[in-house]
Amino acid sequence: MATAPIAVERPGPGWGPRALLRRFRSGDEIAHLVTLLIASSVILITSLLVYELWVNSALSRHKFGWAFFFTRVWDPIFEHFGALPFIYGTLVTSILGLLIAVPLGLGAAIFLAELAPPRVSDALTFVVELLAAVPSVIYGLLAIFTLVPLLREHVEPFLRATLGFLPFFRGPAYGVGFLAGGLVLAVMIVPFIISVSREVLLAVPADQREAALALGATRWEATWKAVVPFARAGILGSIFLALARALGETMAVTMVIGNNPQISASLFAPGYSIAAVIANEFTEATGDLYLAALIELALVLFVLTFILNGLARLLILLTTQRGTAHE
Amino acid sequence: MNKRTLAGVMVSLALAAAVVWAQDPLLLNGAGATFPYPIYSKWFDEYHKLHPSIQINYQSIGSGGGIRQLLAGTVDFGATDGPMNDEQVAQAKVKVLHFPTVLGADVPTYNIPGVKQELNFTPEALAGIFLGTITKWNHAAIAGANPGVNLPGNDIVVVHRSDGSGTTYIWTDYLSKVSNNWKTKVGKGTSVNWPVGLGGKGNEGVTGLIKQTPNSIGYVELIYAVQNNLSYGRVRNSAGSFIKADLASVTAAAAEAAKSMPDDFRVSITDPPGKSAYPIASFTWLLVPAQIQDAKKRDVISGFLRWMLKDGQQYAEPLAYAKLPKEVVEKEMKAIAQIR
Repeated sequence: MATAPIAVERPGPGWGPRALLRRFRSGDEIAHLVTLLIASSVILITSLLVYELWVNSALSRHKFGWAFFFTRVWDPIFEHFGALPFIYGTLVTSILGLLIAVPLGLGAAIFLAELAPPRVSDALTFVVELLAAVPSVIYGLLAIFTLVPLLREHVEPFLRATLGFLPFFRGPAYGVGFLAGGLVLAVMIVPFIISVSREVLLAVPADQREAALALGATRWEATWKAVVPFARAGILGSIFLALARALGETMAVTMVIGNNPQISASLFAPGYSIAAVIANEFTEATGDLYLAALIELALVLFVLTFILNGLARLLILLTTQRGTAHE
Repeated sequence: MNKRTLAGVMVSLALAAAVVWAQDPLLLNGAGATFPYPIYSKWFDEYHKLHPSIQINYQSIGSGGGIRQLLAGTVDFGATDGPMNDEQVAQAKVKVLHFPTVLGADVPTYNIPGVKQELNFTPEALAGIFLGTITKWNHAAIAGANPGVNLPGNDIVVVHRSDGSGTTYIWTDYLSKVSNNWKTKVGKGTSVNWPVGLGGKGNEGVTGLIKQTPNSIGYVELIYAVQNNLSYGRVRNSAGSFIKADLASVTAAAAEAAKSMPDDFRVSITDPPGKSAYPIASFTWLLVPAQIQDAKKRDVISGFLRWMLKDGQQYAEPLAYAKLPKEVVEKEMKAIAQIR
């Protein structure tokens, strides 16, 4: 299409089939139309999704109202439903995953982008991107067979013995639970953070680095004080991409979280996440109210993701403004 | 290729098409329970071999989905592991007939370090463990039924299914019958509000958790336990004998229940009378609308049901499902006439 004329100016009337044909031939109009359609389909799909969830959860919304968010019971037999344990489980595992994955991912990205020789960096990046493509059920299986026994036999007893004065590390060590869920999520989202952050760091102009070095900064100081702050927005973006994946992750989490809707400060305790309960119970949900409650949970997950994404945007906006003001 | 052979090919193609068209291929769609999926797909496959013009599709989307889709009219038949309850029957716009097809059973499986024997479980012990009132393995309710077994004083870790399943329905139906406490606090269903325990996804998830967690107990389908060589315990039936689940003792449970089988076949056979009956078993059902407008479909469904009850039953045991007892088969044969 490189040779297609963009606008053919010719004297004559600007109307009639010939003129129309000419305009279409230009290609611009078509491209505009097609991309507009594709772009608006995204909005259409999202609003359809919300509409469907909203309509189909009506039964549960009317019955429980706002109490749905504060009720701790999930009883399909006596038809009493509350989302609180699932919201808690989703947030705890995702945040735990981020707490572990962010330092690891960022450290690895800095090494790969700034410090490692290019050949090593390329090879490692390839492996990292491979990790990002592993299906989540594989991570779940690996976790069941290796991570869970390790946690139960060694890590959890050790944590209880050393940090047991904190409420997070008490209670019986089952192996499965919030801690296992958070760790699996951490492993799953690290590749995202590494690969996106590395790209962002590599895109930082060389001037930035050289200026810092010229002022007498060491290599680490230049990286930490000049390069990383410059790439802050992109790094935050990678973190929130990872968070979005953690919130919605279903298979790997349900395999190791213990699937018990309870709220416990202890990370050793079994819990439950929104995505996991939907996957587990949707197929056999026989009652109408039961089904509506599960659909309302999906709506809650959607809203949760929406809010967190909004916060992410806000954070990026604030930090980038502050960043430019500093310099 | 010269013109004549081309013409010949065309003619034979047209003939073949005509033959296929004349046979009027009939497609039936069904959806529902996952537990009987292996035997159902075997049946539909065998039936298709016998009647090449009939194709039956079955999607194992779960009992709940099977009932919903049948009532919505999107499938020709449904399948469920728990019979429709009275409320569902009352709300349904169409009358639905239940046809038991095969039987399944749940077995208690456990992992106690140092205990290699097959344990005996009383109904009280099982209910207490799953309610969380019995928390140690050396509790009198367990130890009393297992003289000579050196049970440790460790905490019991309960494992249950996290996904909604017919297996859970059978298990909780049984516990509801033997324990009033269970009935009022928890109840029966494909998913329940478990008082204690960890949830594993699927039979394999439960088995995985039990194998890995010392001092744990859970329940899995008999088929799954047999196919994977899991050791499982005996359960005391209502006649007072400890029975190990196998295909014979499950069919025996059904035979006992058949004596008091209601006409609509919606029956729970957990905790049946009878000395040799295993108490935690259940039918699984095909759901067929009582009125089918399309005469061809009606004939095909009736024909399939007759074949399933007569010849189809031989495929059950190789796949580790218990066969229907003779009495139930006879009663069902008569009920097929209700499809109009």
